[in-house]
Formats: sequence, structure tokens, C-alpha cells
Amino acid sequence: MIKNILNLGDAALYCDFGQDVNKKTNSYVIKYFNKIRQLKIESINNITPSYNKLIISFDLKNIKYNELKNLIEKIEIDKEESFQKNTIEIPICCEEPYSLDFPRLEEKLKLSKEQILKKFFDKKYFCYMTGFIAGMPFLGDLEEDMKIERLETPRVKVPKGSIGITEQFANIYTFESPGGWNIIGNTPIEVFDNSKENEPNLINPGDTVIFKEITKDQYLNYE
Amino acid sequence: MSDNYFKVIRSGINSTFQDKGRPNLYHLGIPFSGAMDNRNYLLANKLVDNDSNNPVLEFAYQGPHLKYIGKKISFTITGDVSFKIKSKTSEIDGNCYETYEINNEDEIDILSTNKSVYGYLSLSGKFDVGYQWGSCSTNTKSYIGANNGKKLQNEQIINIFKIKKNFNKRIINYINTKIEKIRVIKGTNFNYFSEKAIDNFFKKEFKVSKLSDRMGMRLQGPQLENIYNYNIKSEGLIRGVIQVPGDGNPIIMLSDHGTIGGYPKIGVIISADYDRLVQLPSGSKIKFQQIDLSDAETLFKMYEMETQNLLNQI
Repeated sequence: MIKNILNLGDAALYCDFGQDVNKKTNSYVIKYFNKIRQLKIESINNITPSYNKLIISFDLKNIKYNELKNLIEKIEIDKEESFQKNTIEIPICCEEPYSLDFPRLEEKLKLSKEQILKKFFDKKYFCYMTGFIAGMPFLGDLEEDMKIERLETPRVKVPKGSIGITEQFANIYTFESPGGWNIIGNTPIEVFDNSKENEPNLINPGDTVIFKEITKDQYLNYE
Repeated sequence: MSDNYFKVIRSGINSTFQDKGRPNLYHLGIPFSGAMDNRNYLLANKLVDNDSNNPVLEFAYQGPHLKYIGKKISFTITGDVSFKIKSKTSEIDGNCYETYEINNEDEIDILSTNKSVYGYLSLSGKFDVGYQWGSCSTNTKSYIGANNGKKLQNEQIINIFKIKKNFNKRIINYINTKIEKIRVIKGTNFNYFSEKAIDNFFKKEFKVSKLSDRMGMRLQGPQLENIYNYNIKSEGLIRGVIQVPGDGNPIIMLSDHGTIGGYPKIGVIISADYDRLVQLPSGSKIKFQQIDLSDAETLFKMYEMETQNLLNQI
């Protein structure tokens, strides 16, 4: 639940749900997000859920921080209520030239490529949030022995479709973009489609993601 | 091709179609975008009697050189911009905040912005542009919005429709004020920084780096020492947030910023200063001044009133 609300500048509320990053905390964030959207408060111009925060920005012409804070503090959510979730399968090729950060991963994790891939593909992932770039899902959680730091020097261009890991999270680069995550493979499918205005994101917060390994041949002939 | 259009002889450095932007999509990772300098955007539309959400052409530093084909139309340019209006028989230097009529085969050559970054071109008609999520604003990093998400290209055609038949000459006297100090509310990770870093942040000068664009403004100056943690759990961002990565050089989030970030936030630019902040060209010096929330709200109210007064003069 919301532990504390602060102002982020003069036109946003910073709602803090506590230090822990886990599915339970994140489900509260998503429930608040859904609830506030349903209320259609006109002066709100964005609501951004993340692992354990909800940032609500507003139009300072129409409302001030303290007024909106009072409104948000009165909102109650049903902790037990479930929200719609999907399970999505994402094919990935982890062969050359898509697996950019082997052998760095082998060296840092002290595991063989086979072991890393087994651990990676055995897991079901929970989508905590989407963003940074359009449609990028933040997925968790990797096991303790798969945790790795960001690259010391981020790449200027991470290829579109790359799957990266860092700390306990995995993500998918929906566009070519700068980025510092360790690239394990690449998917041929479109994770963000801006021609679908109602649902441009393939993966949404609360969804479960399963990765499926494909060969380079399958990748190149993927339809 | 429609009957009335611009042919782009030179596209300029970063010319994009913009309107008020695209709200309520941060949760999908889609930035707000929209015109960087909101006041000049509003003035551009009002001077040619357009709705306040009509698409305008925004340009940065060097603007486009356009050849017009079609029936008589009026246009205006706002900001602090040098431009020429060329016809077969004459060539004149244009003034910002003044409307001009152009005829078939006339040209508008937007040479450069002066000690500023952005300028705006609006028409007594409508640019024929694509919309996504109710906005034409182009975000070139996510390939969203007008012109297939791309900046203007050399040789391309911009179709124009809904040209107004009657038009009154308009002119206002307005000079964009330069700002010496940018005012900041302290950020949610203010206590991640050493006393010396905070002292430097508010006392020393920072320089706007060349690596600045519609996404962000990178600053160079004293490196801001982080005494707690270089990373935070990734969380939402808004425009105006000042993030400080591990190298100690601040980055200010601008209108096309990534929606989520994992660097500590030392401060947030107040809403009243945003339009003037984005107009600071690379190489400019910035000083920050800390103010509290209620002062920021008052300053915004004043800024809004000034904008309204200008709009009412038209």
C-alpha cells in the first residue's frame, strides 16, 4: 500500500510503496494505477507504475499538488482483487550474432553457456512494468546466481529485439536504443506495435512471460 | 499530392511536427512529446487564428527552406529566428510574431534561431499530418507521430489543406526573455549527494553540452559526488527531472524523455522555467537556484498569466 507521498517537482506526486521489490508490492502499485485510471481525474496527465512507486503527473493549470494528494490519499483498493493477466511466449535465438554478451556472462556468473541458458529458459517471468522506451517490459525475477551488473560502459546501440539481463531482471529492447543490460539473445517478434493504438504493447504489467529457445534457422525463417 | 504544398528544399537540423503532445501513455513507455517551448507554440497558432492544438512545424537551430506551391496562404514564425521570404521579384528579412502572406512559388528560408534553440512555423491552414493516440507530435526515437515518426527530409512534400480564405494581418511585440537562473525543487534522492555536491549544484555554473536534444539536456560542470548509491530501483520520470548518473554529470529530462529511469534525482526544474530552459543552446551557462513548492506554484501562475496576456493581445 502507499507508504508515503512526496512531490516530484511542482507537477507530480511521488507515491512510495516501500523499499521491497516483489510481486505483492508491485500488485498494489498496479491496482492503484488501474483504480486511478478508472476515476478519470481530468487534471492528471500521466500515471507511471514501476516496481514499488507510482508517479502521477498533473496539469498545474488545473490542480495543485496538495489538492491532488488529498484526492489520492482517499482512494482505497481491494487488496485481494485479481486483475487480468496473460501468459506470453517469446521465442529467442541465443546463437551468434544475437548473444552479444557471452562470454562476459560466463565469466561473471561463473557458469557455462549451457547452464546459463538452462536457468534462463526454465524460469517463468513476471512483468513488473513497461517503459523506458515504448513497450519495453521489465521482467523478474532471475535467481540469485544469475544476477549480474550492468555493463560498465553502456552500448550506444543495442539492436532491436535484444533480450537483456541485469540484477534480478530481464528486458526486451523494442527498438534500437542505447542501453547497458547484458544481451543474452534476440527475438524476431514485435513486442511493440504502434499501429495498434488500443494495445500497442505485447506484454503488460502483471503478465507472465515464458521464453522459448529457437535456432538461428528458425529465427531467420520466423513468420 | 494535394493542390497546396511545401516542397522541402532543405530540411534543417531537426524539424518535426508538434502539437500539445500525447498524455496518459507513460505507462506504455510512450513519452509526452509535444512542442518544447509551449508559449511560443501557443503564440504561433493564435497569430494565424488556429485552434491551440493545431500542428506546427518545430525546428531546432537551422530550420527548413521551403518552397510553396498553391493558393495564397499566411504564415508566422515564433521564437527568436532569422528567416527570409523570397518571391520571384523580392527577398525580405522576416520578423517573428508577424504574419506574412505567400503565393505560389514563394519560398520561406529559415536560416537559424538566434541564441536559442527552437522556433515554430504555423500556417493559416493545416499541415496534412498523421496522428497517433490523438496527437501528431513526432517522436523520432520511437518512430511515433507525424511524418512516420521521422524528422523532415530533404525533397519531401508537405501537403496543406483547410486554407483559410479571409485573413487579417497580425503582429505583436514580444521579445523572449533570457533566463540566468533556472529554478529547481529538490528531488526525491537529494540526500544521495554529498554536502559539497549540493553546494556545487547551487553555486557553480554548468554548461549545456552538445549532446542535448528533445530527449534530454546533458550538463557539464563540477561532478556531483554521490555518497549513497549510483542506482535506484527504476521508476517513473517526468519532464524537468535532473538525473545524475555515476559519472556525476547531470542530465535534465526533456519532452521526449524515456519514461523510466534508474539514476538518482537531485532536483526537478519548476514548470514556470521549462520553456526558457529548453531554449538554452549548447554552450550556454546555467546556474540553479533552489526554491520550495509554494513559490514554484506562484511562479507558474505568473508565467501562465503572462502567456494569457500575450495571447489576448492577438
